[in-house]
Amino acid sequence: MTPNLVSIVLIGVLFATGVSMLLERSLTRVLMGMILLGNGVNLLILLGGKAGTPPIVGDGPAEEMADPLPQIMILTAIVITLGMTAFLLALAYRSWAMSGHDEVQDDVEDRRIMELAERDEGSGADDTHDEHGPAGPASTTPHDSDISRDSSTPVVAR
Amino acid sequence: MLVLVLTHALAAVISPFLSRRRAFYLLALVPASAVVVPAVATHETYRWVPALDLTITFTMSPLRGLLLVVVGGVGAVVLAYCARYFPSYDSRFAAVFLGFGAAMTGLVLADDLLLTYVFWELTSVFSYLLIGHSAERSASRRAATQALVVTTAGGLAMLVGIVLLGHSAGTYRWSEIAANGPLPGTATVTAAGVLILAGALSKSALFPFSFWLPAAMAAPTPASAYLHAASMVKAGVFLIGLLGPAFAEVPGWRPVTVTAGVVTLLLGAWAAMRQTDLKLLLAYGTVSQLGLLTVALGAGTQAAALAGMVLLLSHALFKATLFLVVGIIDRTTGTRDLRELSGLGRAHPVLATVAVLAVASMAGVPPLAGFVGKEALFAALATDPPVLVAVVAGSALTVAYGLRFLWGAFATKQEVSGFQPVNASFIAPAALLAAAGLATGVLAPWLDHLLNPGAGYHLALWHGFGLPVLLSLVVWGAGIGVHAWQRAGRQWPARLLPTGESAYQRVMRAVDRTAVEVTGASQRGSMPFSLGLILVTLVVLGGVTLLLGAPRPAGLRLWDTPLQLVAGVVVAAAALLAARARHRMTAMILVGVCGYGVAVLFVLHGAPDLALTQFLVETVTIVMFVLVLRRLPVRFSARPLRTTRWLRAALGAAAGLVAAGMAWAATSGRTAVPISVDFPDLAVSYGGGHNIVNVALVDIRAWDTMGEISVLVVAATGVASLIFRRSSSLQRRSAEQNVPTAEAGPGWLRAADTPEAQRQSIVLQVVARLVFHTIVLFSVYLLFSGHNAPGGGFAGGLVAGLALVTRYLAGGRRELNAAAPVDAGFLLGGGLLLSVGTGAAALVAGGEVLQSALLDLYVPLLGHLHVATSVFFDVGVYLIVIGLVLEILRSLGAELDRVHEEATS
Repeated sequence: MTPNLVSIVLIGVLFATGVSMLLERSLTRVLMGMILLGNGVNLLILLGGKAGTPPIVGDGPAEEMADPLPQIMILTAIVITLGMTAFLLALAYRSWAMSGHDEVQDDVEDRRIMELAERDEGSGADDTHDEHGPAGPASTTPHDSDISRDSSTPVVAR
Repeated sequence: MLVLVLTHALAAVISPFLSRRRAFYLLALVPASAVVVPAVATHETYRWVPALDLTITFTMSPLRGLLLVVVGGVGAVVLAYCARYFPSYDSRFAAVFLGFGAAMTGLVLADDLLLTYVFWELTSVFSYLLIGHSAERSASRRAATQALVVTTAGGLAMLVGIVLLGHSAGTYRWSEIAANGPLPGTATVTAAGVLILAGALSKSALFPFSFWLPAAMAAPTPASAYLHAASMVKAGVFLIGLLGPAFAEVPGWRPVTVTAGVVTLLLGAWAAMRQTDLKLLLAYGTVSQLGLLTVALGAGTQAAALAGMVLLLSHALFKATLFLVVGIIDRTTGTRDLRELSGLGRAHPVLATVAVLAVASMAGVPPLAGFVGKEALFAALATDPPVLVAVVAGSALTVAYGLRFLWGAFATKQEVSGFQPVNASFIAPAALLAAAGLATGVLAPWLDHLLNPGAGYHLALWHGFGLPVLLSLVVWGAGIGVHAWQRAGRQWPARLLPTGESAYQRVMRAVDRTAVEVTGASQRGSMPFSLGLILVTLVVLGGVTLLLGAPRPAGLRLWDTPLQLVAGVVVAAAALLAARARHRMTAMILVGVCGYGVAVLFVLHGAPDLALTQFLVETVTIVMFVLVLRRLPVRFSARPLRTTRWLRAALGAAAGLVAAGMAWAATSGRTAVPISVDFPDLAVSYGGGHNIVNVALVDIRAWDTMGEISVLVVAATGVASLIFRRSSSLQRRSAEQNVPTAEAGPGWLRAADTPEAQRQSIVLQVVARLVFHTIVLFSVYLLFSGHNAPGGGFAGGLVAGLALVTRYLAGGRRELNAAAPVDAGFLLGGGLLLSVGTGAAALVAGGEVLQSALLDLYVPLLGHLHVATSVFFDVGVYLIVIGLVLEILRSLGAELDRVHEEATS
């Protein structure tokens, strides 16, 4: 198949503008970037199939018909984009109503993990030490220290 | 045999509904029933997953029967013991305990190695639940996690080994693999053997995995007695004993089992000498004894294997007894510390007798079971002096810590305080097990008859004077000497070798630290950063692939038609301007222009359905944007720093370049015949329509559409829940919808007398009034003509939605209610029900899900109709799209109006 230059350049432009808007913090801009990017992707998929007459049986000779499969996929994509646009718009409005702007804030929990990483600490999820500090022969009672001198004392239930 | 496993499982399910402590006696009948199974069952096979050739196959052998009796018998006794041990009925404990019983009986009986693996991991899970029984204590959780991680890590290694073995043998049935005699010493079988041993060693707490078992003493004492002395930890030893005859000559098998066994035997006994907690003393003793069993069953001779089986039985009997005794001491005195206990033997002679009987069996004193087993082992190992010496040393230490246990628990060491009485029914289970140990010893010839595979050696209480008896005397003498030496006040030396525990902790910490570093570096909490990372990956991977392996470009033409250039220039210009726009409205309009331009390109490509839908979607999108943007600030908030702006533009340009390259390469690379080449015929003959795109949506690729309409329903629900913050606002909304606006107002619209309607232009109202019904009719036409011409459910629904938009824009939210006096949720749910129902109806009618049928109907007035059932599916789609648009208008339109009115008034 011979591709046409106009479509290729247009796909590039839509991707470029879509991506640069997607990386902003304003949710409305992110959404618009998403729509532009979506148009670019749809054109990319469309280009994968042959162009021709509308894929309606009986309207023209079968060999000149455009490939229907990319069209079917794109139709699904267009409608889903509509649903997502509605949802993100509602999200942008909600964000504006709650905080006075529609900018995407940093995630607090991720920040906490970054701080742990900077301090070279673990999350504690490995569960190898006690709540009160690293395990060890911390207890000085003869009872405990004699059971085992290992770093973790087996704790025994009755 | 399946009945036995299922009975356990059923009892586990029923047990939470019991309430009295005495229920433990009732439940004890379930494991007790296992004792008779070896006598009545031989082999069972049930189909499970025929496609994988996986069956549920149970089989019986002396070793399996022995372990089944141990698991069932000890399980029943321990459950009976629970009735006195727990202050009240503990339903969670009972359920998990019986669940474990089901998994353990399955493990013992399973012939298929994959089935063995399934039960194997199930026992790990139940053990985890029992160790973590006191979930509120961190030490208990930690011990449970440690046991689970160690045993499942070994289990996964074992699974790989099983797959290697099963693949090379061509079957997973152990009886079939073993029937061919000893396995060949090929590399595959050797690797399989070592991997399976990794699982067995970790499960039976053998060196270097011993550390999890003492920590597992965090479980309640009955669980320790059952799982971590009598049954689960025997699973690894059992597997070694089961596979041993076939694997004995395979390189690596015998050295690994014997070395691990000897080292564990000595280290465990050594550590037991240092314990002051009776339960920990027993735990290290168990570790040591598991080592002894591994030596016996891994040695590879029939005589040693026979000795191993007797030792396995005797260990289960005496170790469970001792754990139960410790539980009684703990409950009665409140301590297990052997330095605090004193005078208990004089106060409770019966309890002391039971313990003495058990320790005597452990020390190998005649006429108990332990003596029979140890004699047999000494005789079997006579040809292997180094191992024999190690076993004798380990046995001497066993005698020493056995004496230490008795002395610590029962001797009178200081002044004695009063003791609580012990109920006879509390001691009875322990006494029963100890008596069983005695009986087994006395009935040794009968045991020989049951277990002996023809080893040439016969189990008996007395073989006459010989090496074994001599060694027994050495063992007793050395053990008593060591105990006397320790009693004289010597401090027992520190441990000999580091265990795997520190390695385990280092690995767990490293995993945790790595997770934190990777997460901290890649998830910085900033959405632009996260998206940027994904896009950089796209650019790098896509770009490198294009540079290295793109197909040779197959030429290039400028355009298909010159009109493409016109539309393309408009779209590109609008996109570039949108990216630079500072006003929200400007950007929105430019994005809309892009969308319409793309629709024109669709037409030029030969895709009228796409173009129609794109036009309609773009219009609805613009309406939505206007509804929301009228409330948001006019300009975007302050642009970010110049450098990040350049970075963003650079990443955008790179992504654009890669996408364009991908487009070129993908188009040039298309050489194969498209899969859609048969679609025209299929659409007509099966779908009953001429518009291939639409028939495909409701028939050939109907599952896709089903997913898509589900997304729409979810999106609509999400929009409503974001805008209506309280459920009261939703209730008020449905109340407003249901107010009948029966009387036509004085104006052109139904709700023309409302203030919001009066603000609107009269021309708009007249137009809305005149075109509304026409648009709705057109939408129905699109819906039904879609099968043969451009249109369909999506397009029709969007057109009907736009009809509602005109009413809302002309007359406000009350006018919208008058135009569509129905809840959007009703349309969404009804549509989904219709679509799913059409799909399911095909199933009921004997076809596949979503298969469509062609019907010839006669309808009065219209005459004969030729329809495909997929039309009903499309009607569902139509309703859902209307529901979505209605929900958008109600949420982003009407509710925002109401909030604004409230704020301004």
